[in-house]
Amino acid sequence: MTASVFFGCTFIAFGPAIALFLFTIARDPLRVIFLIAGAFFWLCSLLLSSLVWFITVQISNKESSSQQKGLLIFGVVLSVLLQETCRFGYYKLLKKANEGLLMLSAEETMPISIRQLAYVSGLGFGFMSGAFSMVNILADSVGPGTIGIHGDSQHYFLSSAFMTMAIVLLHMFWGVVFFDSCEKQHWWSLAVVVISHLLVSCLTFQNPQYVGSLVPTYIIVFLLGLWAFFCSGGSLRNLKLCLTCKDKDFLLANHRPR
Amino acid sequence: RGRACGGLVAVVSPCTSKLVTSIQLFLFFCLSDVSCNSVAQKIYVELNNTVPCVRLLNATHQIGCQSSISGDTGVIHVLESEADLEWPLSKGPNPPYMVLLESSLFTKSIMMKMKNASSRVAGVVVVQKTSPPEFSPHTTCPNENTGVYTETYDHNLAHCNTTVWNPRGNGLSYEEFDSPVFSLKEDNETEVIKQCYFDHNRVVNGSGLQYPLCAMQLFSHMHAVTDTATCMRRSSMDFSTSPVMVCDPLGGYNVCAFIRPYNSTAFGHKENESVVILDSRAFFLEDSTGAEGSVSGFVTLLAAAQALREATQEAPPTRNILFAFFHGEVFDYIGSSRMVYDMKNNMFVIDLDNVHSILEIGQVAVRSGTNLFLHSDPVSRRNNTVHDEVTNLVKNLQSSTAGLNFSLVETDFSQPLPPSSFQRLLRARAIPGIVLADHQTDINNRYYESFYDNAAHLNLTYPSNLSPEEQLEFVTDTAKSLTEVATAVARALFKQAGGNNSQVNKINADPKTVTQMLYGFLVRSNNSWFQAVMAPELKDILQPNPPQYYVGVAKSSHQANALTYLVQYLLANLTGTATNLTQSQCKKPDELPNESTYLYSYLWVQGVVPPNSTQRESFCVRTAVRLVKAVSPAFDLGDYISKEYSTWTKSQWKFIKARIFLVASRDLEMLTLGVGVAVLFTSLLVTYFVRTKADVLFSSVREPNNAAY
Repeated sequence: MTASVFFGCTFIAFGPAIALFLFTIARDPLRVIFLIAGAFFWLCSLLLSSLVWFITVQISNKESSSQQKGLLIFGVVLSVLLQETCRFGYYKLLKKANEGLLMLSAEETMPISIRQLAYVSGLGFGFMSGAFSMVNILADSVGPGTIGIHGDSQHYFLSSAFMTMAIVLLHMFWGVVFFDSCEKQHWWSLAVVVISHLLVSCLTFQNPQYVGSLVPTYIIVFLLGLWAFFCSGGSLRNLKLCLTCKDKDFLLANHRPR
Repeated sequence: RGRACGGLVAVVSPCTSKLVTSIQLFLFFCLSDVSCNSVAQKIYVELNNTVPCVRLLNATHQIGCQSSISGDTGVIHVLESEADLEWPLSKGPNPPYMVLLESSLFTKSIMMKMKNASSRVAGVVVVQKTSPPEFSPHTTCPNENTGVYTETYDHNLAHCNTTVWNPRGNGLSYEEFDSPVFSLKEDNETEVIKQCYFDHNRVVNGSGLQYPLCAMQLFSHMHAVTDTATCMRRSSMDFSTSPVMVCDPLGGYNVCAFIRPYNSTAFGHKENESVVILDSRAFFLEDSTGAEGSVSGFVTLLAAAQALREATQEAPPTRNILFAFFHGEVFDYIGSSRMVYDMKNNMFVIDLDNVHSILEIGQVAVRSGTNLFLHSDPVSRRNNTVHDEVTNLVKNLQSSTAGLNFSLVETDFSQPLPPSSFQRLLRARAIPGIVLADHQTDINNRYYESFYDNAAHLNLTYPSNLSPEEQLEFVTDTAKSLTEVATAVARALFKQAGGNNSQVNKINADPKTVTQMLYGFLVRSNNSWFQAVMAPELKDILQPNPPQYYVGVAKSSHQANALTYLVQYLLANLTGTATNLTQSQCKKPDELPNESTYLYSYLWVQGVVPPNSTQRESFCVRTAVRLVKAVSPAFDLGDYISKEYSTWTKSQWKFIKARIFLVASRDLEMLTLGVGVAVLFTSLLVTYFVRTKADVLFSSVREPNNAAY
């Protein structure tokens, strides 16, 4: 639509991701490396699902709309499953890498904990997923026109940006929960991650009823965020302490020499 | 670019696919052979059949239109009447506007009002519909500074003081516009634009306009500015091996044919040779078919050339005859000034001393009565020799109309010549000559140099139940009258060239040829006759509509435009001889004893398809027709501010396109930006907070034996 829409949508879609990157990842080179590796793994899953999609589309009957719709649903489900598989693959790789890193480094403790790796890899997945979702749309939003001449909804750019933000955050939360449940061998929570991913993707079939897809998605974001918070060691007590600024007392209390 | 796409991101990227529009679903559907910018396809509708107004420059001015470098966008407004101009010019709340008007509203007053309000009018789009009663965008006195009537020649006749030749001219073509002006035909695309306008831009009674509004963007940025000298200087400043040209000189090729050919390499004066020139102008402007303006003239000339063929081969007249078709005459006589220059500088096979007399066929198709008129130049006729010759020519012409349904009348003695190529030859030498036209004083053509000068203007009507091939053969009334003119011209020319008087009555033009030529040039160039006379490698220039008439730029390679080739091959067919040469012999005829490429040119043409087969019977035509380069001498001389020769150039451009889309309100855009900035700041703050308190927030991680609680 113009430059203002371009910047507005960029900030909406990637604002949280940029903030997280700047404040938590940018200073630590190891985290940056794992972030990029995570992004790469997401790209691998995209490549595989694209390949399957391309082949099935070419051999399908292009005239039949029901077949195309079914093909799309199949594509979405397959892509989600492949992404989660790649996440699992990345987890396994990181476990092995951590052992190797420990052997190589001089310190006794691991330079980066598995929890931090979960967060970083989830964010990496989120970055790449968001980029592929959003960049094409952002490029077209710079022009003078907006969507609608063929009768489509005008709020396309805005809702795409919000959806991308949700996806980025979700990937981060999924990463945390996934790695945690793999560590603790809680396979049911793994299944919940996969199911929620499928649910969010299938919610997008509601478009262009954007309210119908965005609102449930943000509810899921909130719920998963809470779960990830608890998985990574948070608790309501800590939250209350932080918010009422009694944290300093807490820390001092903890470090009282015995 | 082909790209297969994964499914999760189906949420955010729509794709176009004709089957999906019925489903309220965005399919992510990229085929390998479809340009996959599907979001852009949801936003923009590209308009493909547009004709832009481009920038032309001459020694002193630039004319035409241009857009800004990133295109001009405006909210579409369909103009319904002249009073409706208030809306885009002052009342409308969402400037700038892109004004869409029908051709009946395309007048000088409306265009000048829009030109003056260029901050509110982003561009103009003209939809060609019904013809107005009269419209001529040319000036009232065409080519007034480059004809023969200058201040020094005769003060009273200069600048159309005695006769204004084109009184309906409004000079619109010679104005300069800062905003783009495009022209559209009335077809599906125009319907889409009007539908978009009616859906989004109409003011409902009482309430204001609701965003989103339908808008259009036009790109027609021109590289050249100011005048020819500036753009030529800028073009030559690039010192690389392939200089980047910013503008191109206008030009093309003249088509010439002698009855008795000369050695084409021997330039200069020919002893004891006397030539009668028969010529016609090719006054062409963009998108104008010039039916009356030029086609009538050169079709008559072609028919006369064909009529003369038999007689001149049996009993060759004393004097030679040159058939000349001058190209680009509307732009200050490019073709004829070039020929005169070549003759004066010994770069043509004859020179000015060899020219005995000239007969020019002007606009001859729109008669008001049964007379045609003979125009001559009063100033040169003050000389007695010239006067006698002209009188003799008039006598020959008038006696040639015996038995025909019209007569030739001389115009008033004190009246100057109308704008014609003959004026350029007169400017060099006082040669006796006559211009034949259908008008006595000002021209009869109400659509001079405009896109309404087409087949309908000449009343070329065919019965509706005829197929295209039958229409080709149908002899219209216009064709019949032009045939008579051609017969008279051919007979007069034969007498003027000293031919045997007893042969004169056998000279007759063929009405079938004339009507086929009129059909091919004005209705449909892709017909069986044109296919038969063209070369195989050129058959693609024949289209199912009239050929393109614009004087193109003079390309350095030997490529003429469609019209030049058509005239060349038709003249070859009508005046040349078919030979028995094979295709390879036709390419190299010098090896054969009786053939010579110095005298003739050999063209391999497709020929007709015999009734019982599918193969064309191609053959080799030996003809005296030559193409002569027609670029203004000013460019050879490097004199870009010349007052003597044409200095017209056409600007170059990168791309020209038009598209329509919806625009959103400024408020929505600012809201989006505001929300984005707010989200960014909030996330920065929250992240900072979380990071500083991370020890506390995630403290349950600590091993139990480290805690003291």
